[in-house]
Amino acid sequence: MKKRNRRQKMCIGLRFFVLFLLTVCVAGFICTDAARVTDFSRKNMAPCLLYPFGTDWMGRDMLARTLKGLSMSILLGVLSATVSACIALILGVASATLGRAADRGIGFVIDLMMGIPHILLLILVSVALGKGWKGVAWGIALTHWPSLARLIRAEVVQLKESPYIQIAEKLGKSKWYIVRKHMLPHLAPQFFVGLVLLFPHAILHESSVTFLGFGLDAGQPAIGIILSEAMQHLVTGKWWLALFPGMMLVLVVTLFYEAGETLRKLTDPASVHE
Amino acid sequence: MVRQWSIRIAGYALRLLILLFAVSVLTFALMKASPVDPLQANVGQTALGSMSQEQIEKLREYWGVDMPPVRQYLSWAGDFLRGDMGTSLYFRQPVENVIADRLRHSLLLMGIAWVCSGILGFFLGAAAGMFRETWVDRGIRGYCLLMSSTPAFWLALLLLMVFGVWLKVLPIGLSVPAGMEAANVTFWDRMRHAVLPALTLSLTGISNIALHTREKMIEVMEQDFILFARARGENRRQIFRHHGFRNVLLPGITLHFASVSEIFGGSVLVEQVFSYPGLGQAAVSAGLGSDMPLLMAITVVSALFVFGGDALADLLCGIADPRIRRGGFRE
Amino acid sequence: MDRGEGEYAAAPVLKIEGLHISFMQYDGGSRRKELTAIRDLDVEVGAGEMVAVVGSSGSGKSLLAHAILGLLPYNASMSGKLMFCGSELSEERIRQLRGTKIVMVPQSVAWLDPLQKIGAQIRKGRGDRKTRQQLKDIFYRYGLDQEVEKMYPFELSGGMNRRVLISTAMMEEPKLVIADEPTPGLDLSVAKRAMGHFRELADRGAGVLIITHDLELAMETVDRIVVFYAGSTVEEAPAADFNSQETLRHPYTKALWRALPQNGFEYIPGTQPRVDDLLQGCPFAPRCGRRTKDCDRPVPGRELRGGRVKCLYAE
Repeated sequence: MKKRNRRQKMCIGLRFFVLFLLTVCVAGFICTDAARVTDFSRKNMAPCLLYPFGTDWMGRDMLARTLKGLSMSILLGVLSATVSACIALILGVASATLGRAADRGIGFVIDLMMGIPHILLLILVSVALGKGWKGVAWGIALTHWPSLARLIRAEVVQLKESPYIQIAEKLGKSKWYIVRKHMLPHLAPQFFVGLVLLFPHAILHESSVTFLGFGLDAGQPAIGIILSEAMQHLVTGKWWLALFPGMMLVLVVTLFYEAGETLRKLTDPASVHE
Repeated sequence: MVRQWSIRIAGYALRLLILLFAVSVLTFALMKASPVDPLQANVGQTALGSMSQEQIEKLREYWGVDMPPVRQYLSWAGDFLRGDMGTSLYFRQPVENVIADRLRHSLLLMGIAWVCSGILGFFLGAAAGMFRETWVDRGIRGYCLLMSSTPAFWLALLLLMVFGVWLKVLPIGLSVPAGMEAANVTFWDRMRHAVLPALTLSLTGISNIALHTREKMIEVMEQDFILFARARGENRRQIFRHHGFRNVLLPGITLHFASVSEIFGGSVLVEQVFSYPGLGQAAVSAGLGSDMPLLMAITVVSALFVFGGDALADLLCGIADPRIRRGGFRE
Repeated sequence: MDRGEGEYAAAPVLKIEGLHISFMQYDGGSRRKELTAIRDLDVEVGAGEMVAVVGSSGSGKSLLAHAILGLLPYNASMSGKLMFCGSELSEERIRQLRGTKIVMVPQSVAWLDPLQKIGAQIRKGRGDRKTRQQLKDIFYRYGLDQEVEKMYPFELSGGMNRRVLISTAMMEEPKLVIADEPTPGLDLSVAKRAMGHFRELADRGAGVLIITHDLELAMETVDRIVVFYAGSTVEEAPAADFNSQETLRHPYTKALWRALPQNGFEYIPGTQPRVDDLLQGCPFAPRCGRRTKDCDRPVPGRELRGGRVKCLYAE
């Protein structure tokens, strides 16, 4: 019988993770209507068999709302983080390969953006774009690239020193060719790890900004909205309104982090042979 | 030697100014680009509907809706450099007053959180990195993972529920007991109100620093000189005391100061939950209400803290690292 | 506790037989593969002797130092006999002995803590009077100023480097000194002076094991040379035997001798193979002119004219 080594276990874990995510998203889609239905006859119910997450003051099923909100957060987070990662890749490579001026310029922008606390920057961008989900999505996309860009730039700078790149340059290959054929495959593992690790950040920031009131509007059952509404009912003791949605959010984010770390362990040369 | 350091510091100051200037321009541009109508946001549709055209014009002038951007920015910048931060449209007070008042509260909160998370985060991270893959490491990593995945505002809600509503041992919000006269508020009152927000911020701040310190410690442990120390028979404790601690302290300082940005971000959320009248909450109100002078001032002030923190960390490392202290700066 | 050290006084300080070191690696994907670095290594070091293991750079011989000291990386596995002063050098024993009875002299100051002063580092943090005096004496002996104690590694000049590094060994009373490439990039006269320090340690009764790729240096400074090729030790001979080709035994050693600049700079075609690409027999067989079918089976070592060789046809 073949013994499963650690690496294979990690791959299985990753597959389960993707499956779980898809399940949440599909469930959220199915619950779209259930999340909005109000029914005052069943309002403010604590968790029970029929409604595992309880109901809120408008009689809405909290389980359905949570699932819908989660799937929205996941989709929004994944989408905007992907855009951000692509920006990071382009700018990171550009700053390392297009000469001193480009490096200085992009470096300045990175310093600039990292000087403003993240949430504040998100608030500013989302206000600039008129709030709503577009504001949040672009906000996240436009503010998460700096640190990944720095990482990629450092990698490319190191790569430039390696003999095979220098030989390619001497052979007269164009910069674009070198980037495409030699550097990108090298960067791929780091890029994907960075990308997956961006997802939890994006989701957390999206929910935070929505919580503050800058994101999706109150009609949507985004997790941030659910929790901000729950805050108003805390004092009256309706603990389930805040506990379960938050727990589910923490669960999803934790899984994302674990997936990212697993990916890193699979690809990082230092620990790759454990 | 002194000359070298003075040049260094002057360089920092210049860079700081340029960056702050860029920050203000960026903030201004973002706010100006907003399609949000400040009149709608602050006065409301119904009120607007019942106003005369003249009144609306006056309001538009007050909120700076129609002014050409460049002129507006320059007038703001000119005033700012002279020390006049303008008037907060939302709070209807001079911005300096709003900031000065809020800054006190925020500094108390962020100060406590910064110190706690820095010290605890450092030692937890160093321990985790040194005793890699033992239960110490796993436990600390587990805690950090959980904390990093927890939005600060949800943690705040939980703590509020447990300590404020359920156990009723700590106040639910604000910074002083509601309705009490300012003269009667004691130091302990302030501290009691700051406990929950500070606790929340510290808990989330620790995880960030601990994880990064752990990474740095692992990097240090993989260096050749650690291998040599082992070859010389030094045990784990000795290695940490003589080599590990010192070598991870420098990156640790940089990390610690860099965490100012994260802590500020966290304070924005936490202050909102606890209705704590700090800078973060003011920023949210300013953002929701399109209060440009206040928001610009807050952004510049917070950027000052962040950049200043980074520069300070750099200087401190320069002093603490003998290679720089004795060998001079190498670019 | 060295069991019966008095009885085994004649036993060599270090005796290694059949050392085998391999690594577990992941072979592009999720399959695990074993990579062999050292297949069959024998070496013996007596008290007061200097022995050099000579092999080309990157051939894996550096792992020998780590193996003896119990410092192999996490994915390595080791087998074979390691004896120190007559009894087995188990993991527990090496942990007790390293740094005191078995010491390593590192290649360069990159192996020193960059943030700790030289004095404190060599003293391993001990501050008692006796240790401090000992360090002062050693520095005096090597012509190093007292100020060097207060310096940091990056402040040392090239010449000071080597003296500081060997001081770490002089602080103890080692029975075995291991040096991995102690003279990287130095020209012959400077390197010989550095080796002189090791000779001092040997004269005090320690066994000194030098791992190097510099055959010329070894010829002029050590007592015995062990030749390492493609994962195995193929010959062991007194240094004097290297003065002429006839006194050498193994075909590879002879080829190595001919390749020296002063002997004609001749080379034989082919390159050193990877250990895993080899089959059971003699590692040099694919390039050897005297190869027969018997060479494809494991070749035992035998004594020959005061040395050892693993070749069926050496005389």
